[in-house]
Amino acid sequence: MSTATAQRPEVRKDDSMLKQKVMMAAHYDRLTSAKETGRKVASTFVPGNLNELVMCFDLLNNLPEVNAIQSGLRKQSGGYVMEAEKLGHSEDVCTYVKSDIGMMAKGNVGPNGKSLPAPDVLLLSYTGCFTFMKWFELLREQYQCETIMLHTPYEGDGKITANMRDYMVKQLKEEVIPTLERVSGVKFDIDRLREYLRESVKAEEDLVWVLQSAKNRPSPIDAYFGGIYYIGPIFGAFRGTPEATDYYRALRTEVDARVAAGKGPVTPEGDMGEEKYRLVVEGPPNYTSFREFWKMFYDEGAVVVASSYTKVGGVYDFGFRHDPDHPLESLADYCLGVYTNRNLPQRVDMLATYVDEYDADGLLINSIKSCNSFSAGQLLIMREVERRTGKPGAFIETDLVDPRYFSPANVKNRLESYFQMIEQKRSGRRAPAAPVAAADTGGVGGAA
Amino acid sequence: MATTAEIVERCQALFDDLHFETARAWKSAEPGRKVVGYMPIYVPREIIHAAGMLPLGILGGGDQLEVIHGDAYYQSYICRIPRSTIELGVSGRLDFVDGMLFPSICDVIRNLSGMWKLMFPEVYVRYFDVPQNYVDEIGGNYYVNELRELREGLEQLGGRKITDEALSRSIAVYNENRRLVGAVYDFRAERPWQAPASDVYLLTRAGMVLPVEEHNALLQDYLTAARAEEKPLRDNCRVVLTGMFCEQPPLNLIKSLELSGCYVVDDDLMLITRWLLDDVPTDGDPLDNLAKAFLHQSTATAAKYEPDLKEKGQHLVRAVRRTGAEGVIFAAPSFCDPALLDRPMLQHVLKAENIPYIAFKYAENSGQMQPIREQAGTFADSIKLWSET
Repeated sequence: MSTATAQRPEVRKDDSMLKQKVMMAAHYDRLTSAKETGRKVASTFVPGNLNELVMCFDLLNNLPEVNAIQSGLRKQSGGYVMEAEKLGHSEDVCTYVKSDIGMMAKGNVGPNGKSLPAPDVLLLSYTGCFTFMKWFELLREQYQCETIMLHTPYEGDGKITANMRDYMVKQLKEEVIPTLERVSGVKFDIDRLREYLRESVKAEEDLVWVLQSAKNRPSPIDAYFGGIYYIGPIFGAFRGTPEATDYYRALRTEVDARVAAGKGPVTPEGDMGEEKYRLVVEGPPNYTSFREFWKMFYDEGAVVVASSYTKVGGVYDFGFRHDPDHPLESLADYCLGVYTNRNLPQRVDMLATYVDEYDADGLLINSIKSCNSFSAGQLLIMREVERRTGKPGAFIETDLVDPRYFSPANVKNRLESYFQMIEQKRSGRRAPAAPVAAADTGGVGGAA
Repeated sequence: MATTAEIVERCQALFDDLHFETARAWKSAEPGRKVVGYMPIYVPREIIHAAGMLPLGILGGGDQLEVIHGDAYYQSYICRIPRSTIELGVSGRLDFVDGMLFPSICDVIRNLSGMWKLMFPEVYVRYFDVPQNYVDEIGGNYYVNELRELREGLEQLGGRKITDEALSRSIAVYNENRRLVGAVYDFRAERPWQAPASDVYLLTRAGMVLPVEEHNALLQDYLTAARAEEKPLRDNCRVVLTGMFCEQPPLNLIKSLELSGCYVVDDDLMLITRWLLDDVPTDGDPLDNLAKAFLHQSTATAAKYEPDLKEKGQHLVRAVRRTGAEGVIFAAPSFCDPALLDRPMLQHVLKAENIPYIAFKYAENSGQMQPIREQAGTFADSIKLWSET
């Protein structure tokens, strides 16, 4: 037996995970062979991802954030980030951007080991994140290709106004669609868009069913670590395709069976043991130590029953569905409604609702150094959710794809203290001044 | 006639006053008066003015404010301006402010708008979005409606209508302000030894707290005095300063640059005073006029999308050419997404034009100026020694 085999037990994967793996591999193969097949490529972002529209022009959808995640999971992002910093990008800014730029500098090799193509068009869906605008300005400088700005106004007052929707629809009609027609050479067909949107709704229904299955005890899913797999197809290049519909139907069936069997979530090491803690998590995960991070939870019997990160590419669990009868308006509402485009009071409402409806023990915030869109204001969010729910919150800090900002001992220590605090809260004892609080940041966090 | 020293002394007092006594006095002078605060980078102050309210620029707490509560709201990797602004709020220094506007500049200020709603529910709070699409029928229509919503919000706050006539009058007053600030900047570019960067900074900064009419008078007085005075010319190089459009540098930093041998001949400090590049028409629909000015005659900066790749960074090249600058200093607040993400693209443009530059970071409470002074001094020396011109 080789040492490597002895040290690394085989990772347990559900059928749905294997199915997704095949889908993703095929997608990356389509992308890396675009030159040979003559397909054109549109790069765009996960929040505000208009996949159905992109498909109307026979364009392949390339998502630089997903590429950065793949680099993170493969332990390559650290080198890419440093490469970008060497090129003059500040150590203070988003590591997704720097991973992407560093990857380009190193040959733009995708997860399948082949070079990703230069995009034919950058669809700058400026939704919920300031950095997106600069990211695609930086890529435009590099690729010198056509760039389309689609500006999604922020829900500053916690609502979508007619003015916002009209603005977006106008941009789609008068800027986005004509440019995509020109770049692709394909005439826009609104009925084709309607068909894709009809398909999207099916996947959205099943995704919501899967996410809400976490209301069961035990929860059959982990809605953060597992949830990241579940959102893959619908947040990526598959929303609106029959493959996505099949995937979510299969996933639903699989989760349904787990509910019937009274099983908890599947982890990389097999079925999770006893469910001891039910958490709501706010913020993206760390990808460079994804497994290690997840293990800190399931080893302690902690399951995430709801998360905000699984809403970053679309919030479906409060009723929104794409609407084939109002296709452009529906795309506008989709963009306007993504999690990071919602104001802080809305985010507090959502998280407090999750804590209540999923009967969680509290809110854990994983604050990401790279992402001000998520992170600025999270300490107040924690305080507000604690106040409204009466459940304790906790605060940890990591980064998306920069391994320099993942400190396992520190994170583990805080998590263990948090679980202890939950126990104490349950038993009615007074919680001590736990180190779970944001000790590095001034100490708002911790027990309410 | 007041001397520049007397004028600057008054501006310094306004700058030092973290309780905003002048604005408080303005408010209490007449019953029913309202004060509306705004953060960088741009809001149409004309609408606040037309509502009979005082627009009050909130630019953080600087290096004289001890941040006690504010740090508890932010992680260590977030810039300083929101935490000192929270400090101003929770310490009661802004308890007379009836409304707060948070412009579209970055995610930190954007999220601060929601925090303000949660923390100060009695205050009128608006996130002020601006279009990133500059076509009249698309971004223009959206923006006119946003301006209309702002106008309606302020009407509710003030309990009175804001008429088109009042708006046009306010536009005229702010046109005058823009012309005067422009004249001060032109004067400094021509004779930087006569108008030190720290003086110009304090002078424009005073416009954040004073009623615009008073600020106009102050600007006029400064121009008159500065033209009449003679100050010694130093062997400094001429630089454009960029990246300081949001979190403010300590005043000492601006002074240090000059002491180290750099005359600042243009900058992006107090950008709101120079956001609109030309007069806004005072006839016709005032909201339409403000919208068109924003779309077609506003300055380029990191918070705005540049649709034309060829235009990216050219505003900086033009500033260098217009002012006869010999180099550019990129000075950005730590963790400032707009300034730091934009910087590599701007540097590429400067490099292509053979314009020398240096870069450093600061925080509003940076105390140690020696490294900056050394860096800027070396930059100035290298320009003087090695520049081709």
